[in-house]
Amino acid sequence: MIETDILIIGAGPTGLFTVFEAGLLRMRCHIIDALPQIGGQLSELYPKKPIFDIPGFPSIQAAELIENLYEQIRQFQPGFTLNEQAVELNKLEENLFEVITDKGTVHRAKAVVIAGGLGSFEPKKPPLENIAAYEDKGVNYFVKRPEDYRGKRVVIAGGGDSALDWTIHLAEIASSLTLIHRRSEFRGALDSVEKVTALKHEGKINLVTPAEVIGLQGNDEGYLTALTITKEEVAEILETDYFIPLFGLVPKLGAIANWGLEIEKNAIRVNNASDYSTNIPGIYAVGDINTYPYKMKLILCGFHETSIVCQSIYQRLNPNRKFILKYTTVSGVDGFDGSRKEAEKQVVASIE
Amino acid sequence: MEQEIVIKVKDPQGNLHTLDCPVDMGLSLKDICKAYELPMEAVCGGMCMCATCHCYLLSHTEALNEKSSEEKALLSELFNAKANSRLACQVPLTAELNGLCIEIVPD
Repeated sequence: MIETDILIIGAGPTGLFTVFEAGLLRMRCHIIDALPQIGGQLSELYPKKPIFDIPGFPSIQAAELIENLYEQIRQFQPGFTLNEQAVELNKLEENLFEVITDKGTVHRAKAVVIAGGLGSFEPKKPPLENIAAYEDKGVNYFVKRPEDYRGKRVVIAGGGDSALDWTIHLAEIASSLTLIHRRSEFRGALDSVEKVTALKHEGKINLVTPAEVIGLQGNDEGYLTALTITKEEVAEILETDYFIPLFGLVPKLGAIANWGLEIEKNAIRVNNASDYSTNIPGIYAVGDINTYPYKMKLILCGFHETSIVCQSIYQRLNPNRKFILKYTTVSGVDGFDGSRKEAEKQVVASIE
Repeated sequence: MEQEIVIKVKDPQGNLHTLDCPVDMGLSLKDICKAYELPMEAVCGGMCMCATCHCYLLSHTEALNEKSSEEKALLSELFNAKANSRLACQVPLTAELNGLCIEIVPD
């Protein structure tokens, strides 16, 4: 069981910055995210795109903002449960909450901050009749452990960045790799398109376009053994061990909707007149996942919201203490790892 | 020229909405649907990356701007794309679109 002061659901920019604000008030954090990496939408959807409305940064690349945020919070030693989705949230006592993931990992904390963005990203599934029967029996929508594909026959379908990137990665590992797409054009970073083109010319991958997977076949144990594909209206059977459809992700609010929180317009209603608390005391929602009058889904608004949330949690957990506001320039920043950042001291000296 | 146009949007439940749209704010079809809080995801915020603002044009198919190659590629990856499919984030609102009718396509 993982125990901490504040449990954060969502490792996007707002969730990450929560660790910093909590750390200034000497509260420790642990973050859960359904994706295998931190950064939320910024890492998953647009890592290479610039953002122009982060105060003080005329332009910053999304991936760079996430790297900077991680560097900023590292001192406060946040814990991470990645690649797991928070599915259950229980209030055990006034200041004790339990969050359980889809893999069964149990977390306990004194307060919960939901920074879940648009919810968790779920894969778009191709409309093939019996595909659900082969999920985790040859059909995978994510590549979680590339090593699982060593020496196996793999078919990837899709025409975007992730189809290209995994083709490049798994071409080295799989015994054979086939990339199927409905058109001959692919959509991705120039570098990825060039690498896949090279792999094709070197004969390291089998590129089948314009083509589509229209059926799946399995063995008696229920495992996938072959795909039916059509290319220019001619159907053929392609034997394979794995089929990885990569048609993008769609966000779903998912389990969060069942936690007894007040939901409005696919978002969690919070009290913006005070501290962004939800209808359950001790549970807060910040960033894109909350809503209130005049809500703007901007990263900078999430940063503001979560700084107030941390103050509110501090007050809840320490009811007899005064409101504490720290200016980092004055107080410096003391990490839980023993490191200290501080402004350079002035000197008082006579000049002769 | 008129600074405001009217468009009609059918949501996935079949309800018809009439939207008054300013054309001098640099808004896209996606922006105005979001402003009216219609059920359009538009996850990526309009970067032509996620295809969750997919709609069918029910009129004005000729008056619209050309699809970019990115938009064409994204549409090609959808399972329910048709000849009249567009990504609303890639359609700027202009005076020529007065009276436009669209249908929001559910995922």
